[in-house]
Amino acid sequence: MSAVTMVAAINAALRDAMDGDDKVVVFGEDVGRLGGVFRVTDGLSDRFGPQRCFDTPLAESGIVGLAIGLAIRGYRPVPELQFDGFSYPALDQALNQLAKYHSRSGGLVDLPVVVRIPSFGGIGSPEHHSESPETHFAHTAGLKVVCPSTPGDAYSMLREAIECPDPVVYLEPKQRYWTREEIDLPLRTEPMDQAVVRRAGDDVTLVAYGNAVATAMAAAAEAEVQAGLAVEVIDLRSLAPIDVDAVVASVEKTGRCVVVHEAPRTLGIGAEVAALVQERAFYHLEAPVLRATGFDTPYPPARLERDWLPGVDRVLDAVQAVWEQ
Amino acid sequence: MAEISQRVGGNGARSTEPGTVAHWGQRRGTLHDADGLIAGPGDPSAGGPRPGDPCIDGGTQGPEVGAGGLGAGTGSNAALRGVDQPLRVLSPDGSPTGASDPPYPALLGPEQHRQMLTDMILTRRVDAELVDLQRQGQLALYASCLGQEAAQVGVAAAMRAQDWLFPQYRELGMLVARGVDPVGVAMMWRGAYHGGRGLLERHTSPICIVVGANALHAAGFALGVRLDAADEVVVASIGDGALSEGDVHEALNMAAVYEVPCLFVVQNNQWAISVPGRVQTKSATLAHKAVAYGIPGIRCDGNDVLATYSVASDALRWIRAGGGPVLLELLTYRRGAHTTADDPTRYRGDAELERWAALDPIDRYRRHLVAEGIWGEEEERRAASVADEAAAHVRAEVCDAADPSATGLFDLVFTRPTKELERQRAQLERELARRRS
Repeated sequence: MSAVTMVAAINAALRDAMDGDDKVVVFGEDVGRLGGVFRVTDGLSDRFGPQRCFDTPLAESGIVGLAIGLAIRGYRPVPELQFDGFSYPALDQALNQLAKYHSRSGGLVDLPVVVRIPSFGGIGSPEHHSESPETHFAHTAGLKVVCPSTPGDAYSMLREAIECPDPVVYLEPKQRYWTREEIDLPLRTEPMDQAVVRRAGDDVTLVAYGNAVATAMAAAAEAEVQAGLAVEVIDLRSLAPIDVDAVVASVEKTGRCVVVHEAPRTLGIGAEVAALVQERAFYHLEAPVLRATGFDTPYPPARLERDWLPGVDRVLDAVQAVWEQ
Repeated sequence: MAEISQRVGGNGARSTEPGTVAHWGQRRGTLHDADGLIAGPGDPSAGGPRPGDPCIDGGTQGPEVGAGGLGAGTGSNAALRGVDQPLRVLSPDGSPTGASDPPYPALLGPEQHRQMLTDMILTRRVDAELVDLQRQGQLALYASCLGQEAAQVGVAAAMRAQDWLFPQYRELGMLVARGVDPVGVAMMWRGAYHGGRGLLERHTSPICIVVGANALHAAGFALGVRLDAADEVVVASIGDGALSEGDVHEALNMAAVYEVPCLFVVQNNQWAISVPGRVQTKSATLAHKAVAYGIPGIRCDGNDVLATYSVASDALRWIRAGGGPVLLELLTYRRGAHTTADDPTRYRGDAELERWAALDPIDRYRRHLVAEGIWGEEEERRAASVADEAAAHVRAEVCDAADPSATGLFDLVFTRPTKELERQRAQLERELARRRS
């Protein structure tokens, strides 16, 4: 066992996938010689050569479009879009093309593309470097959207995403990039479409993903200390599809549910989780499902992000509100 | 499900071991060392591939293209051909213009000539049938390619079966010339299937509706062809409007940087729905845009099937030899409406239509082949009969065709439906059962 960062885990997953299948190719802005602005692709170009890990021009739509063409050809492209906010120039290729080409081909062509996107905020970046783009992708039929919160999951879910015959948007919580976990690689954790219980409890269910899982865990610990509450934390992991069975199983036990995410509240993943919970577990609910989320403003300048992001306080307010119902 | 994907990508052999091949773009010429960037054919100052330039397959020799071909005037530094006088082999009256570099008529035997004219006649006949079928309510919409038969058949005839086409939505002529059953195209316009059916079997991507998005797929696919070191060329078919799209810029740029085997064919049919070419660009010609990408740009009379065939053959040969992508502008004209939902009388007049009708590609080619003794009444009868049969076949297959199963939609989202999709399918099945009872 050794303490592995999420960056190292993702790097290892790419390396092992490329070792195992010479159709796996990695490309994007600065992913070659530099090894990516977060060093996620460090060493891949040296190890596999510039034909399998290469830099692209500054062209996000082109990066995704190129991946589509390579996938039609039989490759397994793993393109990187450098930051969440820069995934938006690629939305036509992602939403209209990548998501729909398999269907358009009558099911004859598979699109085993994994679009990696360093995502979410909390790292003091300028504008457009801290977006939560998940809803745009999760709302589009034909895309799978996953988001690990631990180094072990980051490794395992990326390997599984690359093996998956369908397009996967793989959101990397960049604020968690340098967190460590004692693991041995390679490893496989739960299948990527399953949610995982990170902390068991009978009183309140917290549903989170990405950066927000750590916030939810901290809030759960605080709720136990302050109020003696046993808070269950579910790491959603897959945002499309959502593992509704896992969430419902927890809410049937607790009767109370709070969804935590950084993304703005309106039409976020929390809205979908709340809808699913009331459809499937309405008569188990002791309180309305609440959301502790980012606000419906543009992501703030860095000096304001601590105030803007859903922190432990905001989560505890929601936990208290559902508990006191 | 993966068979086509695997068949498509079946050639896994790379040209060399990883790491031994030149970095992408290393062969790209410098933009500033060429005074004669815009050079005519045969201008040696344009600089073809130079000794020592690494080639994409690891060799050091530039592509060998026959005298008069692209190699004479182009290379890693862009050159333009046919800008002042778009290449034209046949005058509108069908007489040869005397262009003999390369000697165009000699490229084709009598049978190939007859096949191309037959394909053009068939395209026009089926195209008219599809307009009629839309008027009769059998198709939801149709985008006619009337007037563009030479551009489309000429390019397709220059391609080999193993080459790949990434079309948009007005390429009936290219598709039928590649052997695609027009019924598969008609069923898209009927609203039965997205993308059409029966295209992949002919190495043709499903029909792309978002203008220019297909150019990136072609570039990416061509990158795969290059990685596979396969003997295939990819053709991206786009129009004058598409060249204003960011995706097409990105595709041309990436294709050039990665030196992929991709021919970008632009049918400049003068109109993007109601917007004329002068509103699309200040560029002197569309072929000029190639200069900025460092690739050859060619301009040719797209209503002249022999010019189109010859120039496309030239470009494909250049690309096969490792010369990298080429931008080919075919001057033609969309004589029909944008689609059956459009009313072109709101934005263009009869004089323009008459001028282009006089440049009709089928009449021109027919006159030439008659004069050459390759085409006569017998051939005309045979072609008309082939075209009528194709039109009747489309009508019979399309009229009142049964709709595909709506519950089948859930099978096409992913390779395997998710649990949520199965729940939604069950809901639709209940609704359908109730409707039936």
